[in-house]
Amino acid sequence: MRIANKTVTATRLVKDALAKAKHFEDYNIFTALYEERALKKAAEIDEKIKNGESVGKLAGAPFAAKDNFLTAGDETTASAHILSGFVSPITATSVAKLEAEGAILIGHTNCDAFAHGSSTENSYYGPTLNAHDKTRVAGGSSGGSAVAVALDIVEFATGSDTGGSIRQPASFNGIYGLKPTYGCVSRYGVVAMASSTDCIGFFTRTPEDMDLVMSIASGKDEKDMTSLPDYYNADDTRGGVVDTACPSDTLQAALAKSSCSAEPIVSATPPLRIGIIKDFDNDVVDAEIRGALKKKCELLKSKGHEIVELEMPSLKYALAAYYIIQPAEVASNLSRHDGIRYGFRSEKSKNLDDLYGNTRSEGFMPENKRRIMIGNFVLSSGFYDAYFLKAAKTRTLIVKEYEEAFKKCDFILTPVSPNPAFKLGEKVNDPVAMYLEDLMSVPANLAGVPGLAIPAGETANGLSLGLQLVGPRRSDRALIEFAKELQDE
Amino acid sequence: MEINREDIMHLGDLSDFDLSGNEAERLKEDLTGIIKYISQLDELDTEGVEPTYQVFEMENVWRDDEIKPQEASREQLLALTEEEKDNQIKVPRIL
Repeated sequence: MRIANKTVTATRLVKDALAKAKHFEDYNIFTALYEERALKKAAEIDEKIKNGESVGKLAGAPFAAKDNFLTAGDETTASAHILSGFVSPITATSVAKLEAEGAILIGHTNCDAFAHGSSTENSYYGPTLNAHDKTRVAGGSSGGSAVAVALDIVEFATGSDTGGSIRQPASFNGIYGLKPTYGCVSRYGVVAMASSTDCIGFFTRTPEDMDLVMSIASGKDEKDMTSLPDYYNADDTRGGVVDTACPSDTLQAALAKSSCSAEPIVSATPPLRIGIIKDFDNDVVDAEIRGALKKKCELLKSKGHEIVELEMPSLKYALAAYYIIQPAEVASNLSRHDGIRYGFRSEKSKNLDDLYGNTRSEGFMPENKRRIMIGNFVLSSGFYDAYFLKAAKTRTLIVKEYEEAFKKCDFILTPVSPNPAFKLGEKVNDPVAMYLEDLMSVPANLAGVPGLAIPAGETANGLSLGLQLVGPRRSDRALIEFAKELQDE
Repeated sequence: MEINREDIMHLGDLSDFDLSGNEAERLKEDLTGIIKYISQLDELDTEGVEPTYQVFEMENVWRDDEIKPQEASREQLLALTEEEKDNQIKVPRIL
């Protein structure tokens, strides 16, 4: 991470970031740049450094926020037309915490509208291009943030991950992307999608940077009732891995007990037991990704770790369960967008009922509409038991399979997505094909466990390959520590 | 599970969408495919399994029942709306 100091000024860092953002304009990464304000903040930090005053841990580090992170005074639209013109009066807690440590927000990044998508093609502002192949998608939904970090424009970027929206674009662009434990980072000030799986996380180029950003952003926020006490920073030893003496089935009791304390689930020493999921080793997954997984397993074995084969038969149903639960929550969360209080309002309405219908019809993207309608379908009387309740029960099976798995292993290593970055336009008109992108990322969201996308080389065509490490709840820091070890290839 | 034009218009109503003819036709096709995919849960045995609605695993997050100063003022919030009058949001006629 480049941080301002006596030799490198914050102004230099911010000017470089802005110049690069403009140089890569054709990638369609940013929805807005805050040039003037960023330079003003940089000058303030430089002045402090000159005067020997203390500056934060991220002093002068330029960063970007996904377009669903509200920042006071800026138009924040979640890349959706229905929020056009919405200038937020508040700032997301995660952004505020990073800024308080001296990080400088240079812009908002493009995403699928309301984070609905896996390619950033569902954005009102058009698609973002892949960092390594401009004919391919950036991944999504946090595509702009991933490419901004991969092209070295910013030091880190924020993202949200409801079903894979950080990990998949991270893997498509060859960087690190963390979906923390549910509740680890405050969701306050981020446009809600599916509240029971929404997680705030980050993109970085190294695990060390991820650790630094997480140590600042995580922790309890009284404005988000579902935020956990700060366990990430509770132990300063920073070397541990998951304590195998504390298996996941006792987590519930441990969590209930520790709701006021903040004990992290870290300690123990290698060799680690790394689980691989047999059910994911089939033709659905691209041969080069399976090759990368095998290679990583060989590396792990050579380092003295143990590979454990897991059977998790319910995971193949996770995607179907997710595409019931998530649209149901989307239908509820997005009902607030009605053109009355903020955002876009359709001009052509005769009466109030017309206004709702016209505003929502003109303001939402096709994928937003599909999800809202599916959500209303699975919740409607006559279908609730067969779909929503069935999915909620399936979720229980998935949670239990993770608990069982973490008795047998410390972490699980899987692909992030079934394929590397695909061509622009290839899947955008086929919703089910696009949903299948999330096949191996949604289980972690349904179970609330952390997942870290790590780079894993390239395809023969030079496309980025990624894998993900999944750990028990609250093992976020241990995952990052382990990723540090894995980067020495 | 077959989904017809009437179902689509009903879901459109529930969702407050004013769907055009072409759009409804397209949505019928898309939603049929999605529902077919999610219906694969039928083959999974969930007899006797309790549902999970959230994974936060904490209950009763209490706070004192007192009014705290809000970040956004009434003026700021009203400024976000298209039209306001006497400190209230103005909307088109209802009937």
